[in-house]
Amino acid sequence: MSRHRAVRTMNYDDEYDFDDVYGHSVEDDYCVSPGTDQIPEEDETMGDKPEGKGSYDEDYDPLKDSSNFQRPPLNPIDEARLNSCLEEMRNIVGETTPEHLMIDAVLRSDFNYEKALNDVLNSQSGKTTEPKSDIACRPKIFMIGGDEPNEGSVVTAPQEPQVTRMTFSTGNQTNSGFTPEKNSGMDVETESSNPACRDLGDSFASLDVKKSASQAKLDAGDSGSSNNTPKKAPFLLKTKLERLDVKKEYAKRQADGKDFINLVVIGHVDAGKSTLMGHVLYQLGFVNKRTMHKYEQESKKLGKASFAYAWVLDETEEERSRGVTMDVAQTRFQTNTKVVTLLDAPGHKDFIPNMITGAAQADCAILVVNATRGEFETGFDAGGQTREHAMLIRSLGVSQLMVAVNKMDTVDWSQLRYKEITTKLAAFLKQTGFKESDVSYVPCSGLSGENLCHAPKDTQLSKWYTGPTLAEGIDRFRSPDRMIDRAFRMCVGDIFKGMGSGFSVAGTIQAGSVQVGDRLVIMPQGDICNVKGIAIDEAPLSIAFAGDNAVLTITGSDMNNIGVGSILCDPMLPIKVTSRFRARVVIFNIDVPITKGFPVVLHYQSLNEPAHIHRLISQLNKSNGEILKKKPRCLTKNMNAVIELSLSRTVCLELHKDCKELGRIMLRYAGHTIAAGLVTEILDKPSSKTE
Amino acid sequence: MKLVSKDIDKNSAGGVTMIPEEAEDMWHAYNLITHGDSLRSTTIRKVQTETATGSTSSSKVRTTLTITVESTDFDTQACVLRVKGRNIQENQYVKLGAYHTLDLELNRKFTLGKPEWDSVALDRLDQACDVTQHADLAAVVMQEGLAHVCLVTSSMTLVRAKIDVSIPRKRKGSCSQHDKGITRFYDQVIQAVLRHINFDIVKGVLIASPGFVKDQFYEYMFQQAIKLDNRTLIDNKSKFVLIHSSSGFKHALKEVLQDPSVSARLADTKALGEARALDDFYSMLQNDPNRAFYGLKHVELAAEAQAVEVLLVSDDLFRAQEVSTRRRYVQLVDGVRESCGDVKVFSSLHVTGEQLGQLSGVAAILRFPIPEPESDGDDSDSTDEN
Repeated sequence: MSRHRAVRTMNYDDEYDFDDVYGHSVEDDYCVSPGTDQIPEEDETMGDKPEGKGSYDEDYDPLKDSSNFQRPPLNPIDEARLNSCLEEMRNIVGETTPEHLMIDAVLRSDFNYEKALNDVLNSQSGKTTEPKSDIACRPKIFMIGGDEPNEGSVVTAPQEPQVTRMTFSTGNQTNSGFTPEKNSGMDVETESSNPACRDLGDSFASLDVKKSASQAKLDAGDSGSSNNTPKKAPFLLKTKLERLDVKKEYAKRQADGKDFINLVVIGHVDAGKSTLMGHVLYQLGFVNKRTMHKYEQESKKLGKASFAYAWVLDETEEERSRGVTMDVAQTRFQTNTKVVTLLDAPGHKDFIPNMITGAAQADCAILVVNATRGEFETGFDAGGQTREHAMLIRSLGVSQLMVAVNKMDTVDWSQLRYKEITTKLAAFLKQTGFKESDVSYVPCSGLSGENLCHAPKDTQLSKWYTGPTLAEGIDRFRSPDRMIDRAFRMCVGDIFKGMGSGFSVAGTIQAGSVQVGDRLVIMPQGDICNVKGIAIDEAPLSIAFAGDNAVLTITGSDMNNIGVGSILCDPMLPIKVTSRFRARVVIFNIDVPITKGFPVVLHYQSLNEPAHIHRLISQLNKSNGEILKKKPRCLTKNMNAVIELSLSRTVCLELHKDCKELGRIMLRYAGHTIAAGLVTEILDKPSSKTE
Repeated sequence: MKLVSKDIDKNSAGGVTMIPEEAEDMWHAYNLITHGDSLRSTTIRKVQTETATGSTSSSKVRTTLTITVESTDFDTQACVLRVKGRNIQENQYVKLGAYHTLDLELNRKFTLGKPEWDSVALDRLDQACDVTQHADLAAVVMQEGLAHVCLVTSSMTLVRAKIDVSIPRKRKGSCSQHDKGITRFYDQVIQAVLRHINFDIVKGVLIASPGFVKDQFYEYMFQQAIKLDNRTLIDNKSKFVLIHSSSGFKHALKEVLQDPSVSARLADTKALGEARALDDFYSMLQNDPNRAFYGLKHVELAAEAQAVEVLLVSDDLFRAQEVSTRRRYVQLVDGVRESCGDVKVFSSLHVTGEQLGQLSGVAAILRFPIPEPESDGDDSDSTDEN
């Protein structure tokens, strides 16, 4: 099985190089070109000889160049002609000729492939006879390749050789198969600004382990698949070639005018979250009248006419018949200035794990409270979800909040009631850590649709309220800065069988960007996979950025190898994996004190895993973080502390100081959130005991 | 466990002959047998014989052996106890000092000799031979995509099956994959229930989950049972109880056992008592931290002051390899009993015992507050080693 998998997940260009260096038996099968014939035999010992290393590097030139080379802009017909020419040429010259040379030749010869082929072959023979000079000019090629087409990007050429050297020094000969992968992955990295590069260093240590593992897999499959390499390689090279410039694309998208935000809707059960948002979607025209009419009819039949709007978001049989949202519903809509990914979280306390999953992806939130007398109070008092949800999203890093005071029609749009609720909430939210300027309040009614997208018509409201509507409120949210220049991270929230080959994973991209054809590693499983397609809201795209809620179609791995909570990352800089770590936590309002040995459920992004508190390291001063007491016996409510957690399975974690979004955790116990924290230290298993 | 004979002299040395009758008795035996004891039982031994011409033949013979115990090994899944040691009674097949591993078998008697039967061991013996304490219970703790099928006996919680599948989420416009995933998951759980739960033995089956998963599953299971005409399920429908739990992880079983509707059904089993005692400890820690101690040193200090009202101790500690370590714990238990304290020995197989084990294995609720000892740092270090 593992051998089988290794064949499927193989990087074909690795294979290719490997064959050049070691595979003498299969070489005759396809190496017609003079280029490969020239590869000196002593390549096998290249680890020791600098000369050998040179020729080894030279091997990669085609790949490296092509990965940075952008095709000249062509109209679709020419593009097709170019492709067919390239295909023909490849059949003859194999993969030894850099793609950009081929393209140049084709363009020069005006899509006459025979002429182009002659050109190429002539230049080839000239080139391969003097490999030394080629090495010398390699960095230059890189620079040109990187700079010319993408003006905006900062290709730091000096860094590139330095980084490559690092990768060499970490491994020995056996690494060679893996190195090209590194180089291609490095494109993104070298483009990134300095902080990301600084991260490079420390992640290499963890990389090494993983690398050797995947190396072993690749090795295992070597002999079996090398034969079909030449057939597959053109496909891969082509996809490499189409790599887009991340910054440029991002700028292009931003130029479209609408900001992207991920919005989570939270609040106590039956506050009217789904109905409110369903009605907003309807008013904005994202639900057509016919569907709405159908929902109205059907809900009436069930005797739940008031749930019609909620049905827009609650789609499963179970949710509709019970009238309760159970899982986060995801949908997308546009307002005047924003493209919003809406996450409708369940309010019931049993589904808080689902709500955490949704909130972990969000940038801003709408807190829905029920204005009805008595209802607001139950939701707000101890045991209600209004408090818990607000605290959760704050700890999950959501800082912008809009409070929708819902069901105002039940209290006759009383300004007094509105004032009462907002003052109560304001005091609480301030205490929870929301800035006053980041919190806004909107009175509305989800059922009647008052003050959602249009200014209020009801005179009872309009006579005292002149503020924004709910939709205007959404427009006022600020889109946060996305970490598009960091290493790619995407937390898997859902896995399903999509159309065609492979399977699909859905989730929010926390950092970096991904393009079709990229290779990613699934952590903590350590499996390598290929991205075959990217879709956002069912529209196929070629690139997706941090902050996007994307669906990736994956090939090269098995559906069973990936679970909810796995993290897809850049194979160059995989996320850290551990089963023991330290975190600085804030204890919430709890009845039972926390001691060591306490079993908890760890919530991290979309993951929930059982864990237990291995030890209590220290209790901290709330305001300045000073250590009050080392090794406290127990932790009671509202304390700040450093604790060590251990899990039975390994999970992916990122330090909070490296990545804020991915460094937050939640601890729950017996249906209550007991603590929220930041990952401060990731411990290796053996070292923690001795210390 | 059936007690055949008990021969313990006034120095509390001697031997006891027992016949294990069910899987749980193996767990008791595992807790009784320690390093240095002598164990006599029938076993199968492969014997090699050499003929005059030098050719060898091997055959398996059933023989009775007595060994001094060197190590014990308990397989929780199969409930098999293997005891390794050296032969101390020579017979025609096995030489003196030869190593042998005894596999204790059900319904075959064994004799355990100890140089000293301490109070904890004697308690354990009483408990093992007490037939009234049985209340076998099955529990299915589940959440969407995750289920644990467990058997809860008075001193063991065994996870018989863990089902972990990923269920596609509901997506806009299509719930069919989600529904299909759910159905497949439920089917798997039903299979596990049928395979692992013996309805002749268990008194009840608890189905626990957050939200509506339990109701949905219960409904689906009996729909299927009727469709497939599964008599076992239909006949035992009354044994199923639905209970709320906060998650589908194993430790949620603790909440399940504390649910009032379960405790009524369970009467007073050990698992329940343990869960309650641990809860008392935690609430004491919250209300009056100076009356709730944990960690061996702290608790010993309190015991010296005769302050221990309830002592919670994990049976894991009594299985210590070193005699002196065990003796230290036994002394602690005896000391508490002398001062009229209550001693609860937790089974390390229960979820509560697991938690106590993480909490250094010893905890105590005190009669009166004692100021927290100052030498804090050393103590928690030493308890970490346990």
